[in-house]
Amino acid sequence: MALLEVENLTVSFTTADGVVRAVRGVSFAVDSGQTLGIVGESGSGKTVLTQTLLALTPGADITGKAMFDGTDLLQLSEDQMRRVRGSQISVIFQDPLTSLHPLYRVGWQIAEMIRAHDKSVTKKQAADQSVDLLRRVGIPHPEQRVSDYPHQFSGGMRQRAMIAMALALSPKMIIADEPTTALDATVQAQILDLLLNLQRDMGTALIMITHDLGVVADIAENVLVMYAGRAAEKGSKRNIFYEPHHPYTKGLLESIPNSSVAAERLRPIPGTPPSLINLPSGCKFHPRCAYVMDQCVTAEPELHQIGEDASHTSACWLPAATAGVGGEAEHLREQTVREGRTGAAAEVAETIAASPEVES
Amino acid sequence: MTDESPGAVLADATPGQDDVLVRVENLVKYFPVRTSGMVRRTVGNVQAVDGVSLAIPRGRTVGLVGETGSGKSTLARCIAGLIPITSGKVIFDGSDITNLSRRQMIPFRREIQMIFQDPYGSLNPRRRVGAIIGDPFAIHKTVTSGERKRAVQDLMERVGLNPEHYNRFPAEFSGGQRQRIGVARALALRPRLIICDEPVSALDVSIQAQVLNLLADLQKDYGLTYLFIAHDLEVVRHVSDSVSVMYLGRIAEAGPKGLVYDTPRHPYTAALLSAAPAADPDAAASRQRIILTGDIPSPIDPPSGCRFHPRCPKAQDLCGQQEPPLEAKAGDAATHVTACHFPVEAGEDLAAASRR
Repeated sequence: MALLEVENLTVSFTTADGVVRAVRGVSFAVDSGQTLGIVGESGSGKTVLTQTLLALTPGADITGKAMFDGTDLLQLSEDQMRRVRGSQISVIFQDPLTSLHPLYRVGWQIAEMIRAHDKSVTKKQAADQSVDLLRRVGIPHPEQRVSDYPHQFSGGMRQRAMIAMALALSPKMIIADEPTTALDATVQAQILDLLLNLQRDMGTALIMITHDLGVVADIAENVLVMYAGRAAEKGSKRNIFYEPHHPYTKGLLESIPNSSVAAERLRPIPGTPPSLINLPSGCKFHPRCAYVMDQCVTAEPELHQIGEDASHTSACWLPAATAGVGGEAEHLREQTVREGRTGAAAEVAETIAASPEVES
Repeated sequence: MTDESPGAVLADATPGQDDVLVRVENLVKYFPVRTSGMVRRTVGNVQAVDGVSLAIPRGRTVGLVGETGSGKSTLARCIAGLIPITSGKVIFDGSDITNLSRRQMIPFRREIQMIFQDPYGSLNPRRRVGAIIGDPFAIHKTVTSGERKRAVQDLMERVGLNPEHYNRFPAEFSGGQRQRIGVARALALRPRLIICDEPVSALDVSIQAQVLNLLADLQKDYGLTYLFIAHDLEVVRHVSDSVSVMYLGRIAEAGPKGLVYDTPRHPYTAALLSAAPAADPDAAASRQRIILTGDIPSPIDPPSGCRFHPRCPKAQDLCGQQEPPLEAKAGDAATHVTACHFPVEAGEDLAAASRR
């Protein structure tokens, strides 16, 4: 049994405008020492998914199961959850400036967290530990820096301080929510390097939420691609990057400017992600999909196995054999679509072809 | 826009006076640091841009890359005439537009437009989209008020927005659509130069590609010249003809895109390129990252000599004493210039040096 096993998790929020169906039946597992990358566009539900695990989505209607180390996280009381947060599972948020309190010294904030979880630690011990932690995450002169305020730290150093805080209680799992999005490329490289080294040393499980496929290619072993609150495709990193099956995964990979493909024009995914209040019928990606078929408009596909590897699954009506980026796979896709597109789908396809993004 | 034939590179090598739309000469922009209180004495300067020269050829795209704090946005604002320049010159199509008065600047404002990074912050949320895009017409009186709606709707159609949405508010549009509104507004006066300051960095990748394609189409159709600022190196590589790499207010390396990306000579360029994440697991696994230590230093008190020397894996004593000139290095094309005493040689393993 893996360290974390999430089963059929759904999260929705009731708002004045209607019910926002943020996560709709997502399952995944992460084991110790492993890194799972969760990718998707803004509004695909990737952040809500992980925040729900730590009961950080108050007011949400939640169903499903999230077994962590033998206990269901979704059944814990507030008191029990407080003991899990930080000491068992910790989170690194995207924006290190707003995640640190501006009026308290960095060292105090780390020490306070240590003491909140273990009252027997003296102030002196906690302060010493803060210095050690800052040293471990590569902050120069930690003895002096520990008494700085967050504004005296650069963006990269703040993110290091957040990582120090996440590590403070040696958690079994770290959830990093876009930890490097606000940082420059050279600093991002430093932070990813640091996270990987720490993970290797301590055998922590890591969930990396990002919209940057480059970050995933770099550090994840397994990837979950989310679209409109659901898993579009799951698999090993190699599956996802070299044998993508879902047209959305393919579209994401193709929209990145890439030097190895000397294409004059980029191939964006037409249209915009759907509103989570008013989801389209059938497959939620069909209004943007170049391979839309009749059944896509009426019925939502479940995840099914692609190829020999049981862990590679995709929620798309296209046959498993169409996985891949080569010409043969493309030919097979086109053939399938020709047969599967008659009434409703033909109309959708016309609308997509007429959208401003696919001209020329 | 990705013409990389040897002929194109040679043509770039000797851009005649007529081929250059914008020439920036030794541009310096300091922001004074003052004490607080009644008497605000100047105690130092943020040396945001410190002696940058740049030529933007007509109809081409020049990419400007660099980290936060490298001065790339300040340089853009200086060229657009949005902030006064401390010293140096900006020459637009043969006319010196350095620190012109408001009135003198008016005809040039029409020629130089900007697209900003944040599609949320750069549009007034209380005004309708039609009014936002139509503002340039009203200010410069290029279109009579009777024809304005029609002109705005034409623009909306051109950038891929539904002209019927003329009366909507910015909040009713997605991030990508809002950036299209920003593009339409920049395009309204048929400018010759558009300065794009991180135009796609706030957008999701699939939407980012839509906007990049739009910018490419507009350049082709209207013969636009772009100064394209971004921190995403792959994006800059995709759109640019030539690239300038900035570090702490100065140009570290500049040249035709192919040369700078394939054979970087400045250790900073090499580090930047090695740090950019590639969306390809095999490439990511085989790549040797050059991990720079520390952060970009403060531009109030920049390091002596070469400004990159405290973080450079190749730094020697000379680097801290003497500032390297920006010049073509031995064996490089005349257009490929590098400001470094000890440029990176082919096959050199900087990644190993950076782990010392």
